[in-house]
Amino acid sequence: MSRHRWRRIAGRIGLAFSVFVLISPALLFFLWMLSLSLKTEADNVAYPPVLIPSELTLDNFREVFAKNDFAGYTLNSMIVSFSATGLALLVGVPAGYGIAKARASASAALILVARITPGLSYLVPLFRLFQWLDLTGTLLPIVITHLVITVPIVVYVMIGFFEGLPNELEEAALVDGATIWQAFRRVALPLARPGITVATILSFIFSWNNFVFAVVLAGRTSRTLPVAVYNTLTFEQISWGPLAAAALLVTAPVLLLTLLMQREIVAGLTAGGVKGG
Amino acid sequence: MPDGIDAPRETATRRKLSRRNYARSYWLFILPAGVVVAAVILFPWAFTLFMSLQDMHVGSAMSFAGLANYRRMLDDDRFLWAILRTLYFTSLSVFFPTIIGVAAAVCFNKHFPLRSLARTIFILPMMATPVAVALVWTMMFHPQLGVLNYLLTSAGLPPSTWVYDSATVIPTLVMVETWQWTPLVMLIVLGGLASLPADPYEAAQLDGANGWQCFRHITLPLVWPFILVALVLRAVDALKAFDTIFVISGGGPGTSSETLNLYLYQQAFAYYDIGFASAIVVVFFALIMLVTLLLMRRRSATS
Repeated sequence: MSRHRWRRIAGRIGLAFSVFVLISPALLFFLWMLSLSLKTEADNVAYPPVLIPSELTLDNFREVFAKNDFAGYTLNSMIVSFSATGLALLVGVPAGYGIAKARASASAALILVARITPGLSYLVPLFRLFQWLDLTGTLLPIVITHLVITVPIVVYVMIGFFEGLPNELEEAALVDGATIWQAFRRVALPLARPGITVATILSFIFSWNNFVFAVVLAGRTSRTLPVAVYNTLTFEQISWGPLAAAALLVTAPVLLLTLLMQREIVAGLTAGGVKGG
Repeated sequence: MPDGIDAPRETATRRKLSRRNYARSYWLFILPAGVVVAAVILFPWAFTLFMSLQDMHVGSAMSFAGLANYRRMLDDDRFLWAILRTLYFTSLSVFFPTIIGVAAAVCFNKHFPLRSLARTIFILPMMATPVAVALVWTMMFHPQLGVLNYLLTSAGLPPSTWVYDSATVIPTLVMVETWQWTPLVMLIVLGGLASLPADPYEAAQLDGANGWQCFRHITLPLVWPFILVALVLRAVDALKAFDTIFVISGGGPGTSSETLNLYLYQQAFAYYDIGFASAIVVVFFALIMLVTLLLMRRRSATS
């Protein structure tokens, strides 16, 4: 009996140690990122690296906003991600419903093929098209290309969700004389709220994170945040503090969203293996 | 009461009828998304195929080139190296995340305090903005001032050249990729583990099986389909990897970390050789398809 107990305690310690080893690369990375952004430049370029700073400063964040049109780029990113997600929900939620009900597996397969296509490959033809339409340098091409990411995510999550809903309620509505649209709008849609939440979060995050579309299509004023931060790296004298502060600002909304909505995010990712770009 | 007897049957036929009629109307739900997909996904595919047969540079007239763009690849050493490099990067970036991801899933499937917080921290790397993450890695890789070389030397190990040497750049990028995408493997496998029945384990424990035997002979075969799904997705994503490589090494030093996706970017948006770039897209897509189908075939063969 006591041997059994010892083994259980050993197992617990082993598990605690494994979990510690598993999460420390992520934990240490983000703590280091935070530390770089809060330290003075002297501390940041010191060797050996300053692990525990003597003083904390917000100067790096101030410099990010002072030197660049960071607020403008944030607005760009918000416009792009919200529009791309909104449009994707508008067409993607009904499509997920239709595909689930009609069992149109060919359409679902198309979504999967879109999932495996490299994002860059859409850009070669679309870049030509936008040049021809004289749209480069505006936000519109960026929103349109982001649909390449958001529409498949929304459709994919919603197919899975609508397939899991019982049919009986809508059938009852149809028998009672509701039109198919009313059955969708009044019965299926309210039930699908959790699924729509998952689809919205994932679609927003992967649109927010996207880099490749905007790096090709954006002009000086239409940059999204990831592109703006990348340009800070290439075109300016590199100072680590402001760079880390900018990187942290770009990814902070996503990290917060992940921490707050972790259950929805885990559910969505586990079901679909969704990933943008 | 004839009405009362017939009512259920009537409802049933009506239901069947209505279902048949409605099946066609469901296409109306798919139509708007279909239009969007046709415009931003199908049209680019078709246009790419067309352009790959053209001699097309920005600023000059387009002319039909037949298969010249494809033939050119065979003599293009930089292209062929990019393919080999992509396969090298991909195989390592599938191997490590899969092994670690399965181990992590087994850990996170157990109950312990603060489990959901630990799991959330573990998946942060895959949610964080890749460009932001890549910038911080770049600072950490700095040969003199970077924190990673400090950690190595503190542990009594020689410092590494990380992304500043052609021998170490790809393993370093694989490390970043592993850090970033192991969580996705973990989540998919965790989904599989959560659906496992409890009784085989109880039976095995009665027979005196130890933890490793349980894992090897019960868990692994049962979650194998999930592991294969994770493997396929990992392979596809590693083949397509762009953001972190582009930001951290830019394909360098020289071309020593230039994968196919990076080379494609150069051809399309640095040299503006649109015809050739389109041909690369077609071959790239075929390569991804091929790898996916090969892995899927293994999936059906093993299950």
